[in-house]
Amino acid sequence: MSQTGDTIDLSRFHETFFQESLEGLSVMESGLLALADAVGGTAEPDTIHHVFRAAHSIKGGSATFGFEDIAGLTHHLETILGRAREGNAALGTDVLLESVDCLRELIYGRMQGRTPDSALLQRVKERLAAEVSSAPVAAPEAEKPAVSENPKAAHAFHISFRPGQRIFYSGNDPLLYLNQLGHAGRLENTADLHSLPHLSELNAEECYLCWDMSLKETPLTRDDVRGVFEWISDECELNVSDEKTSSDPPKRKPTAAKEGASLRVAASKVDSVINLVGELVITQSMLACIGDDFEMDHLPKLRATISQLERNTRELQDTVLKMRMLPVSNLFDRCPRLVHDLSRKLGKAVNLQISGGETEIDKTLLEKLSDPLVHLVRNSLDHGIESADERRSAGKPEEGVVRLHAEHKGGNVLIEVSDDGAGLDVNRILATARAHGLVTENQTLAPHEIHELIFEPSFSTAENVTDVSGRGVGMDVVRRNVQELNGHIEVDSKPGQGTAVRLLLPLTLAIMDGQLLQVGEERFVVPLFSIIESVRANSADMVTVGRGGDLYRWRGEYLRVVYLRDVFQVSGSCNSLSGGLLVIVEAQNERIALAVDGLLAQQQLVIKSLEANFGRVASVAGATILGDGTVAMIVDVAGIIEQSKATRAGS
Amino acid sequence: MEQETEHRPGNLADGKSNQFLTFLLGDEEYGVDILRVQEIRGWGRPTPIPNTADYVRGVINLRGAVVPIIDLRRRFSKEPIPYTSTTVVIVVKVEGERTEKTVGLVVDAVSDVRNASNDDLRPPPAVGTGEARFVKGLATLKDDMIILLDVDRLAELPADGFGNRN
Repeated sequence: MSQTGDTIDLSRFHETFFQESLEGLSVMESGLLALADAVGGTAEPDTIHHVFRAAHSIKGGSATFGFEDIAGLTHHLETILGRAREGNAALGTDVLLESVDCLRELIYGRMQGRTPDSALLQRVKERLAAEVSSAPVAAPEAEKPAVSENPKAAHAFHISFRPGQRIFYSGNDPLLYLNQLGHAGRLENTADLHSLPHLSELNAEECYLCWDMSLKETPLTRDDVRGVFEWISDECELNVSDEKTSSDPPKRKPTAAKEGASLRVAASKVDSVINLVGELVITQSMLACIGDDFEMDHLPKLRATISQLERNTRELQDTVLKMRMLPVSNLFDRCPRLVHDLSRKLGKAVNLQISGGETEIDKTLLEKLSDPLVHLVRNSLDHGIESADERRSAGKPEEGVVRLHAEHKGGNVLIEVSDDGAGLDVNRILATARAHGLVTENQTLAPHEIHELIFEPSFSTAENVTDVSGRGVGMDVVRRNVQELNGHIEVDSKPGQGTAVRLLLPLTLAIMDGQLLQVGEERFVVPLFSIIESVRANSADMVTVGRGGDLYRWRGEYLRVVYLRDVFQVSGSCNSLSGGLLVIVEAQNERIALAVDGLLAQQQLVIKSLEANFGRVASVAGATILGDGTVAMIVDVAGIIEQSKATRAGS
Repeated sequence: MEQETEHRPGNLADGKSNQFLTFLLGDEEYGVDILRVQEIRGWGRPTPIPNTADYVRGVINLRGAVVPIIDLRRRFSKEPIPYTSTTVVIVVKVEGERTEKTVGLVVDAVSDVRNASNDDLRPPPAVGTGEARFVKGLATLKDDMIILLDVDRLAELPADGFGNRN
């Protein structure tokens, strides 16, 4: 409620307030988590102080801008924190963590111009109010003294209901079930429109909605509620929990509107850029000078200065790209909270180990990897780590370990999510794949091929599909997201020992090291990191296996040979392979040999999207502009490997 | 309020301009909305895109952007002719489904920029050949009949891109 006169003035500052408040909320969150882990529930003054200060800033800012809901909530938080700070009360960290989530939700709501979730706000306010007014009692913080919302003995549940996308095909209508619940008590229902695609992509016969419900004053027991959905129990994900326990933190809506709007950059990086630009200017004026009144004996000087120009440009390029790089810890920071909440919910003790947080990656990568990473961690906790009993009988320590690791590897960033759980159940995966018709009855697959199956759409072997994993993101979406970033994803698993999922991503989206190849009269580029070796084909090692399925023996392995001139329909090159060149490439643990006509230079190239102005082309990963100004296609190694497998299977 | 992608008769003038860049394909004169024209270039050999339709000649480097080149003769199923020094590429801005794309159109030669008043505009002939969907309407200026093209349709590509190998 601000005066119209002020709104125009103040709204410029909203963006800054939102960014700073979000940072403040992160501080509060990590502080609260630290406090939760502290022994005996006694609060350490320093941490509380930080949390208090963060809350205080947010309160002040929100009051200035007239965001009363945020200010009100933060005020309660402050009161509680203030008391704890003075040692007068133990801290109900769960309530506070919920409030942090609520605040975050309110802020995102403001940023995206939507109305906040008033049911959530109300719930949190009630809890906080209860906490504020309750006498300072040292309650063990594992048990959160919830406000009794149902003084009668009637039950209250929090239900999250996510029908499978294809539920309509079996003739089921989610609405019937919702109505049924509605008759059983007081039902508050919120639809989650998260997965709703753009209208042009909407398939009217598929269900993209899921619901978050609160059912109060009902005589039903938990089993009764589950029973309502029995008919569609294997076509939906259902989670029924008692109202007292904290529900999933509201999913952070992707800030698509504000993505990339602003960037925090270390001042030192900006200073470097300024210096380098200065050097560039000097080199430019030197060139101008040489250009004036040029004579052939000035040529060496010209060459030297052009060399200098190349160095300047390269340094400038490196430094500018680094400006967009942020440490991976930004990505990993969501995880402690996630693990904390999930491990409580699932009743599993989990130790989260994080390493390599200082590894830097491009900001866009951070944003796009956030959801996939969360999904992988959830999978580890939900499906990977076994229950305490199972672990004990397997001779493992009761506490499971989930590891997050990042490092620079070659020209890429490696991000690994691993656990020491049960590993992928190959038999179950194979069975499910067979049931879905992905694998025929008598087809045998190597372990790593079975692992790859989990990336097929709508794949889930979990018997009790919970809402912990699978909320809007599946492994196929994870893989797609990674591939869209020109990255790769691998799964490694050993039964009984654990699973590791590795994401390999280019350091920057725009630049790669490439090997230029001559194919017929055209030139193509293969990413350098895909290349293992280049060999001159030795006819003794060539094997022709009917229908053009040539194989080449290389280091004891037989590799399929793919003729690039056929893939790309290029004319003008010799047909026989003897004496020809083979480039051995690898993607996702598979190798093939590409037959080409010549190896040209290796150089750093700028990747240009072919899709921006054209569209997706099979076997082509993108385009690049060569030194002479012409465009060259970048070979999609993984795609070609896939294609060659398909033709092989088909023949 | 102007209609955006509707092409009903009587809707040719989009209210903003009736200025067209006209060009030649054989004996026929065509026109495109001047506001869509980004630039005009001479012909330079593009890099072929594998496994695409014949009328997509390839891509060129347009100041750092990779821009596809579409041969209008082939697009309209006319007999292709060799490219000469008068062959011209008209670079246009196309409204895609979600984004704006840049595409180059190969034509025989560029004519002129012409103004057409609303009275000069006619709806496209009802009987159309396969290429009828590219035609937005007709303009009769003095003695010339100009076929007005819908730039967005021209640059439309199959939804799944290309590359479905047999």
